[in-house]
Formats: sequence, structure tokens, C-alpha cells
Amino acid sequence: MKIAVCINYVPDTASKIKLTDDNRIDENGLSYVINPFDEFAIEEALKTKEKFGGEIFAISAGNDAKKEGIKKALAMGVDNGILLKYDGYMDPFNIADNLAAQIKTLGSNIVFFGRQSVDYDNGITGLLTAELLNYNCISIVTKLDIQGNEVTAEREIEGGKEVVKSTLPIVITTQKGLNEPRYATLKGIMASKKKVIEEINITSVSNLVENVSYKLPKVKNPGRILGSDASAVNELVKLLRDEAKII
Amino acid sequence: MNSKILVILEQRENKIKKSSLETIEAAKLFASRLNYNFEALVIGNGIENLDILQNTGLSTLTEYKNSDLELYSPSAYKKIIVEHFNKLSGEIILFANTSFGKDLAPRIAASLKAGCITDCTNFDFSDGNIICSKPIFAGKAISELKVNSPLKVFTIRTNVFKIVPAECKLDIITEHFEAPDLTTKVIEINKQDSKLDVAEADIIISGGRGLKSPENFALVEKLAQAFGAAVGASRAVVDAGWRPHSEQVGQTGKTVSPSLYIACGISGAIQHLAGMSSSKYIVAINKDADAPIFSVADYGITGDVFEILPVLTEQINKLKQ
Repeated sequence: MKIAVCINYVPDTASKIKLTDDNRIDENGLSYVINPFDEFAIEEALKTKEKFGGEIFAISAGNDAKKEGIKKALAMGVDNGILLKYDGYMDPFNIADNLAAQIKTLGSNIVFFGRQSVDYDNGITGLLTAELLNYNCISIVTKLDIQGNEVTAEREIEGGKEVVKSTLPIVITTQKGLNEPRYATLKGIMASKKKVIEEINITSVSNLVENVSYKLPKVKNPGRILGSDASAVNELVKLLRDEAKII
Repeated sequence: MNSKILVILEQRENKIKKSSLETIEAAKLFASRLNYNFEALVIGNGIENLDILQNTGLSTLTEYKNSDLELYSPSAYKKIIVEHFNKLSGEIILFANTSFGKDLAPRIAASLKAGCITDCTNFDFSDGNIICSKPIFAGKAISELKVNSPLKVFTIRTNVFKIVPAECKLDIITEHFEAPDLTTKVIEINKQDSKLDVAEADIIISGGRGLKSPENFALVEKLAQAFGAAVGASRAVVDAGWRPHSEQVGQTGKTVSPSLYIACGISGAIQHLAGMSSSKYIVAINKDADAPIFSVADYGITGDVFEILPVLTEQINKLKQ
């Protein structure tokens, strides 16, 4: 069995985002991590391999920097790394198109994605890839059980969980709560250094969505400090009623 | 002929959700600025609260009905919507950015080869172009995007578009849908004990490390109850196992924009602020006067949550009586 896990390498969530003079995202000074939701995808791929055997392929699309993310996945225990290499901008559709082609070549019928990249927050690449492959898909998964061809999963919804049934081949997009991602062991890190990341140059089809510009959100004016003990509560309630008109 | 927008309404237990009405408001914006016509579609097993669609500005609704379709099935819903949209020769599909819309929108976009933008907070129209704003990095920046494909799919962030009544007669067409494709299907919903979800709540009371122990979250819960609010949590307390992940607000949790957000004992790590700073009013209660949460708060109390929360809860309860 070939298991695919599609990962991204993104600015750390502690990053402060700044813009360049021409209103693009200023990448100077940002530190990068594996997309936090993708760690759950990697962990689930490892658990799936422990259960059924097989081989795991971590796939990332983008420039050379994405290799660092693949290396971390290899250190966690993933067997192989593939970089779909390009330098420019590709929209999610474009990326999904290339990922789908690669997954088809590999012939994996279980594919994991994080539910969303915490940089551009689209949350659609996994679902698009599934559709382009004509695979089933369950998104935002917090519990997963695969028995033969049958898949049962729980996905997070507002105010509860949906229990979803489907079948292989399938794409699963992973949500926090699904598992506890393991740390890379020293042995894992040493072993990963020997693994070769395969690089495949890809070509872009036309982007369906294009960024026109970036903005920073309006900076809030510092608010009022009403006091330092319970005597401030009267004033707070008054403001919520008369100014904010919430109560 | 005017271009057409199809608004996909969402039902839970055959009741249309409030976020769907906000999506109609987004369609009204397109209608007023670009002369689009819009209509709506809902899939379920006999919608019980159709009256909430009266005087929303919506004039045509098609209801697809089947006993297997009360619970969501991506495979079946996708097919129904794509076929309906093609018959309509529509140009734009709108969803609310809920777990339902987020799941279905990209599937439909893939079928239609349509550009898809999720979590839209605003649309600008100039020279016939639609420029869509969407928060990225959980709100640390805003991306302005244009869709180049003729067909477009958008999901609309909840709690952003204000519901404005508009006198309007509503025609409802019921289609009985036979033999849906149930390859992927929800078989049941496990509800959280009737608690409000942070993603949908108009008021959120959130707690952090300052509560000192999971038991002390009772103070936050009582205040939430007084307000009729949802309980939220910082990443620190979710990672510590005090609260479920579904309550986490921030970049690796939920991004929220309620009318009121009260942060109790939360210092305000940048990834938390990203998730909640677009709330309309923010109240911070924290002993540490230097906590970053005060930089986004409209009203702050630099005091002890254990002292302040019970007094605040009592006053709100009194007001509500």
C-alpha cells in the first residue's frame, strides 16, 4: 500500500506579518514550520502504515524551501519525499492539479492532507485534489477508522461531530484532535539524512484565482482600562449596555 | 439576460441556519452592484422553518427533498447542486463559510472548473470586476483576490454580513429527488451537550491559563450562561487538555468575529489575537496590565478573574431578569 501525505511549509503561527513597499507579504525574518495541521496528517499516515504496512510518500509543492518541511516529515518516519518544484505563484486549483497527477502516478489510494494551511487559510486543496482524482473525501477529520475498503470518520462541525461513512480510495483532511503527532527521534533524524528527496519540475496551468494586493487589518486604538478590581464591573456593564449596545 | 447567483442554504435538522440568511445578504450586494439575479437552493427532508426566508429579499427557492438527504452527503449534494446550477446557467455560487460550506464549495468548484475563494469578508466592484477580500494568516493580513474563471464559488464568513429585511414574495419549488449518490454520507450527528459553538456565537466568553485549573472554567461557563454565549479557550489550555479543541480560538483553532468577545485570564499570544481581533467589541480581564490582549481590547480590567467574573456574572443575571 502506498500512502500519500501532502504537506506545506509555512510561517510559524507566532510570526508577525508585514508587507513590502509594493504590498506583498514580506518574507524576510519569518521562521517556517511544517503547517501545524499537516503534522496530524503525517502522524495519521504513520499510524495507517503501522496498521496496514506499506510505504509513505510526503509530497510538497513549491520552491526549494519546502524541502525543509519534507525533511521534517522524513525525520518523523515518512519513507519518501517528493518536491513538485516551481518558483512562481500557483493557486490552490493549480497545486491540486499537480498533486493529483503525482498521486495518480504513485497509485496511492489513501491520501492525507492537513485541513488547511495556516498561511493562506484556503482549506480547499485537499478537497480539490480528491475531486480531480475522483476519490472520495472526508474533511476536518478528528477520528478515523479504516477496515478493508470501508472508511468511518468523525468530522468536526459547529456544535458537534458528524459520523461519516465512505470507501477507498479516499482523501482525508486532518483536524487537531485526531492524534498526537510524534516528535522526530534522533534515530529518525539520522535516518532521514540518508533519504533522497525526489525533485520533479512541474508546469503551471493558468491560475483561476489571482491575488491583486495585500492589506494589513486596521489597527485598533488602544481601549480604556476601567479599573483593577471588581469595582470596575459597574462601568463595564454600563458601557456594554449604552455604548456597545450588546446587553 | 442578467447573470445568476445561486445561494446554497444550509439546514440542520431540517431548519435553515441563520448564517444562510447572511449569505443571502451577500447575494443582495451582487444584485445591487452588478444587476445579478439570485435564487436559493436547499437540500433536506422537508424544511420546517421556511418562514424565516420571508422578507429577506429572496424570491425563488428550490427545495430538494429526499428522506436520505436530511443528513449531509457530499456525493449526493454535489450532484444536485451542479445539475441545478447548470440548468440555471448560473455564474456564481455562494455558501456560508461553515463546516458544510467549506466542505462542499471546493467539490463543486472542481466539478465546474470554477475559481473558489473561501471565508470572504467583503466584495468590491470596479469596472465590472469582483474583488474579494479574505483574511489570511488568521487575520494578520488581508488578501484581495480576483477570480479569472467565468464560474465562481465563494464562501462567506459568518457574522460579517448584516441581515436587512426586504419586502419580497417568496416562491418555493419542491423537487423530490430520487436515488441520490450516497457514496460518502453522514450517518449520524453527535451533538455536544446543546452547547453553542464559538464559530456561530454572537457572544464568546474565552478563558486561558489565568484560570489556573480546568475546574475554574466553571466561572467562565457561568458567565457564558448569563450572556447566552459560547465558551472559548486559548491554545494553551486546549493543549493542556483542560478544554476540547472545538473551543479553541486562534490560528490553529477557529477564527471568530462575534459582537462581543470577553477574554478572561488570556494574555493574548499573537496566534490568539489573530483569531479574535476582528470581534466587534473586545473586553479583556487579566491581572497583568502588560498583557498583549489589552492592545486589542475596547474595555479592560487589569484585575483578578476570580474576583471579577462572579461579580460580572451576577450583574448580567440581574439585568436579564
